[in-house]
Amino acid sequence: MATTWTRFRRWTRSDSASGLLLVSPAALFALALLAVPLAAVVAFSFWSQDYLEIDRTFTWANYRAAVTEPIYRELMLRSVLISGAVTIATVVLAFPLAYFISFKVADRHKALWIFLVTIPFWTSYLIRAFLWKVILGFNGVLNTSLQTLGLIDEPLSFILYNPNAVVITLAHAFAPFAILPIFVSLERIDRSLLEAARDLGESRFGAFWRVTFPLALPGVVAAALIVFIPTIGDYVTPRLVGGPDGLMIANMIQTQFLRLNNAPMGATLAVIAMLVVSAISLVFVALSRRWSGPR
Amino acid sequence: MSIISLSGVQKHFGDYHALRGIDLEIAGGEFFSLLGPSGCGKTTLLRVIAGFEDVSEGTVLLSGRDMEGVPANRRPTNMVFQSYAIFPHLSVAENVGFGLRRAAMSRGEKAAAVEEALGMVGLAGYGARKANALSGGQRQRVALARALILKPKVLLLDEPLSALDKKLREQMQAELRRLQRSVGITFILVTHDQEEALIMSDRIAVMFEGRIAQLADPQTLYRRPVSRQVAQFIGMMSFLPGRIAGAEVTVAGLGRASVEDDQCPAGRADGDVSVGIRPELLSLLAPGEDTDRQLAHGAVTERTYYGDMTYYDVALDGTDAEVTISMKNLPGRAVLERGDAARVAWDARSLVIFP
Repeated sequence: MATTWTRFRRWTRSDSASGLLLVSPAALFALALLAVPLAAVVAFSFWSQDYLEIDRTFTWANYRAAVTEPIYRELMLRSVLISGAVTIATVVLAFPLAYFISFKVADRHKALWIFLVTIPFWTSYLIRAFLWKVILGFNGVLNTSLQTLGLIDEPLSFILYNPNAVVITLAHAFAPFAILPIFVSLERIDRSLLEAARDLGESRFGAFWRVTFPLALPGVVAAALIVFIPTIGDYVTPRLVGGPDGLMIANMIQTQFLRLNNAPMGATLAVIAMLVVSAISLVFVALSRRWSGPR
Repeated sequence: MSIISLSGVQKHFGDYHALRGIDLEIAGGEFFSLLGPSGCGKTTLLRVIAGFEDVSEGTVLLSGRDMEGVPANRRPTNMVFQSYAIFPHLSVAENVGFGLRRAAMSRGEKAAAVEEALGMVGLAGYGARKANALSGGQRQRVALARALILKPKVLLLDEPLSALDKKLREQMQAELRRLQRSVGITFILVTHDQEEALIMSDRIAVMFEGRIAQLADPQTLYRRPVSRQVAQFIGMMSFLPGRIAGAEVTVAGLGRASVEDDQCPAGRADGDVSVGIRPELLSLLAPGEDTDRQLAHGAVTERTYYGDMTYYDVALDGTDAEVTISMKNLPGRAVLERGDAARVAWDARSLVIFP
């Protein structure tokens, strides 16, 4: 008995005990607010709506509908395309900026630059989406400026209430999320590797392409995932600036739950969206592992 | 003809004057070392030769060609970095073959060249390994192979052995020396380790504060240093106050001796001087032991036992200055204790005179 007690006392002082203590609040939180709702969503997706009641008999009917009805397929595909476009735009624009901060800015000014990058976070996401509405609108900042300058006669209409507006707004909102991981991976590159590449006969561009870029790839992949995963399920931005052609799968999920009172169908679409995101992300991670490892 | 010729090379980093006028000629096939404490400009000088730094003033010629404006990738030099700079995302073979991309060789020829280079550094068959699965010594060898495969005119080595443990370092010193002889390429080694420089080099430039203090072969450097600073940086030396008049010097604690010109590497002038002597050139006599050499008396103030050697600090009679004496621990020789009386044997030819 004494030995069990001693062992327990010893265990309470060990790393594993303190580790357990440290993760348990977050773990409990995640369990209560993530795992349980997730399980509920999955459960709902196999049930069906019977007027005001939920019919709890197992059925694939929702999934069948989600796959066969064109509206769902089209929204899912559009979500993937918009989100893909946002990801590409964000990463392509973020890389040069991250590169600039990492390689061209003096060490003591880097923190300031990173701080500046996070300025968009000072206002809420919702307000930023509204602001883009003001900027891109028919009588918005952009159109009136261009008209005053005499560059256009008619206001541009392709910039608001369509997928372009969604891409612009989301790319702006997620830019810091892309810049930071790329910056971190660039910072970790030993600068003597670049000198070694130059010393071994590579031009500046050759050294970038054969050393900097492959070593920054993990950061680029992280950036792409961080942008892609949340944007595919974004609801606010398409709702505010997307117009009818810019709506995405999340808007349909909201419609199913709240307007059409069909929680099981909404749950099904949510599960499918999650599966699609997971599948694409896994493929992406697998591909990047292959590229960045020794060939 | 010299393969490297530097004249009046200066380098400023903002307010910091890193190189203050370097003139240097290095011959083809030479093993040359730049030796000095950290911050003396030796690494800057190497980077100037490699093309990573522009000179502020002066010229750099590599086999007679002016290197002004020629970037590192177009110079006939290759470098082994202090951190080795092994590309972590590439395999060993890809690292070694990195510089061959533009070479006019078939894929098979490149693979053969890589295997040959790996064999040269004792890593045959390691090509498929991941670069980050290598030990420090192996990374060092990969860095060497990667530079040598391009057959540079000059190989630059920036403290290549400083990250290795003592045993491995000694082994690599011998291997580097052997490798240099077999490939016949000029090696320029930057090091702060005087022993390493002495062991490996044909010639050594000792640098302090952006200037070359002395340029000589290892023996001259050790036996006839031009200044107390150089003497103290290379090995151990004791200094005694002295006075020189004509050919004769009077050394506090030792006595009179006549010195020749080569014992005054910084020049000879009558007056007060500092007289240097290496620990191994003095001997402690056992009680009753006779000698033909000159004799001085004193007392042991400290002794340090090294196993094969014992180092004694001895206070000489008639002076405050102490000398350090190293003695081999031969069979039958007693190790003296602190406070023991000491009879010190010395020779006039061992003295070095500094102004």
